[in-house]
Amino acid sequence: MDLDVRSARDFGGPNVIKNYEREYDDSPLADKNKTFFTFDLCAPACILKYADNQQACRDFARKHGFKVYDVDRGIGSHVLIEEGLAQARTTVVGTDSHLNILGAVGSFGQGMGDMDITFAFKTGRTWFEVPETVKVNIKGNLSPTACAKDLTLALCRELGTKKIALRAAEFYGEAVRNLTLAGRITLCSMVTEMAGIIGFIPEYHLSLAQEVAKFSNKKYSPFKTDEDASYSDIIDIDLSGLLPQVAIPFSPNNVQSISEVRGVKIDSGFIGSCTNGRTEDFIQAARILKGRKIKEGIMLKVVPATRLVYEELLEQGILEDIFRSGAIVINPGCSGCAEGHAGLTGKGEVQVSTGNRNFSGKQGKGMTYLASPAVVAASCLLGKIASPEDI
Amino acid sequence: MERKVLKGKIWVLLDKHGKLIEDIDTDQIYHNAYLHITEVSEMGQYALGNLEGWRDFAQKCHEGDMVIAGRNFGAGSSRQQAVDCFISLKVSLILAPSFSAIYFRNAVNSGFPILKIPNLERLVSGAKLVTGDVLEIELKESKAKNLSKGLSFEVEPMSSVQYDIYKSGDLFKYGRILENKS
Repeated sequence: MDLDVRSARDFGGPNVIKNYEREYDDSPLADKNKTFFTFDLCAPACILKYADNQQACRDFARKHGFKVYDVDRGIGSHVLIEEGLAQARTTVVGTDSHLNILGAVGSFGQGMGDMDITFAFKTGRTWFEVPETVKVNIKGNLSPTACAKDLTLALCRELGTKKIALRAAEFYGEAVRNLTLAGRITLCSMVTEMAGIIGFIPEYHLSLAQEVAKFSNKKYSPFKTDEDASYSDIIDIDLSGLLPQVAIPFSPNNVQSISEVRGVKIDSGFIGSCTNGRTEDFIQAARILKGRKIKEGIMLKVVPATRLVYEELLEQGILEDIFRSGAIVINPGCSGCAEGHAGLTGKGEVQVSTGNRNFSGKQGKGMTYLASPAVVAASCLLGKIASPEDI
Repeated sequence: MERKVLKGKIWVLLDKHGKLIEDIDTDQIYHNAYLHITEVSEMGQYALGNLEGWRDFAQKCHEGDMVIAGRNFGAGSSRQQAVDCFISLKVSLILAPSFSAIYFRNAVNSGFPILKIPNLERLVSGAKLVTGDVLEIELKESKAKNLSKGLSFEVEPMSSVQYDIYKSGDLFKYGRILENKS
């Protein structure tokens, strides 16, 4: 099938170039206007090999005349949304296993390895085995202290890595219908951790279109599902009164309610990643951090997903509130979530993070708990895992 | 060239309790500290280098060996290196009850055979597949035989796209065949 967008990051990108030159020499791309590099993993490069790799990608892009969203722009999947490249009903591929984040705007995003992407660069096409769809009905409303991340983590527990594995999921119910773009991104990003192919949230409020169109100045029209769609499975999950949730090391599916882990001593916090890197996520954190100080000895790393998010946070004074609390504010990108340009954990270090993976060794030698921006902020104030209501 | 029959010594990825390890993610298979490497020949040394109990796999593994893993093998990142590291070691095949979607694509595109056996856990817990056994697999007929134990069992057939790409060599060669046809 034909692809609307194909992209590669500073991770995967260099391998794509290598494959491309070996297989196709200097021959042109299928369509340079649909081909992009997005650098986000190690941005700007902090090790020489990444600097070399990024430069090789820039040279390749110049030669073939396509655009690079460089190390200044932030997380590629978010940039594709902000640029209006990932529209509803488009098919977008890239070297990012969380590219299914684009399900948040009704785009079919698929993470791929470098061979797939090389082929897509050259031909504009790829193969898919069309997945079955599972309908997930979420009943009830979360407690006032819980947010999209808590809902997402609860689904990681309830769906595990089996119930929607290798299938697409459609999420229904009031709790997801009310999600803003940021919340939709959070949920859709972690479909990967549920071993699903992609997640869609077919019900929405009209404000969603304005939210998506705000950055790109391109009109956005949401998608509809087919009325006669068939589902391979229907799963009902009751999340009434859900409290904040925390994923315990070393699995994003090992999720417990805050009451089970409250009080675990931490050394550091991380707020950012493609899962929780939007303006709204930092507003949630700033509400708790404003006018307070992070506990001495705890370091909190804050990383907006993109340059546009960073700009919004600057303009709204949010970044100042976060900075004054003692947090370290880092430039946009994947950063410590993917052992990127900043913020690894050392042996024995306990981190609470808004990222999406806490696999052993993922962010260094320490142990990572996954939680919402509000829980991370509250935990950093107290030096131990805490609920926003503990502040 | 298409190799219809694969034969090799198996490594059954068990945890310290003797259970087949599930959800082995790409950071356990090929840690992100080595993602900057683009040379396939350099990748083998890091295969399973972050998997508890299997960090010395690259030293133990020989050409033609097969790997047997638990369900959802290759969860996580889209890194091709998590497939390439096995190609680098000349591992001939990976068997699991299921693979993550991206890992599956990456292996298919490389023309690297990975096959599903839905009841693999039972075969392993019943000691019908033990590390060191020699396994023979007929890809086309989807049949496996444990030569060391004289046992036969079914494997899930390759999907049509998987078989076509495997037969062609890899995705690029398959693409050229399609192009020449049209």
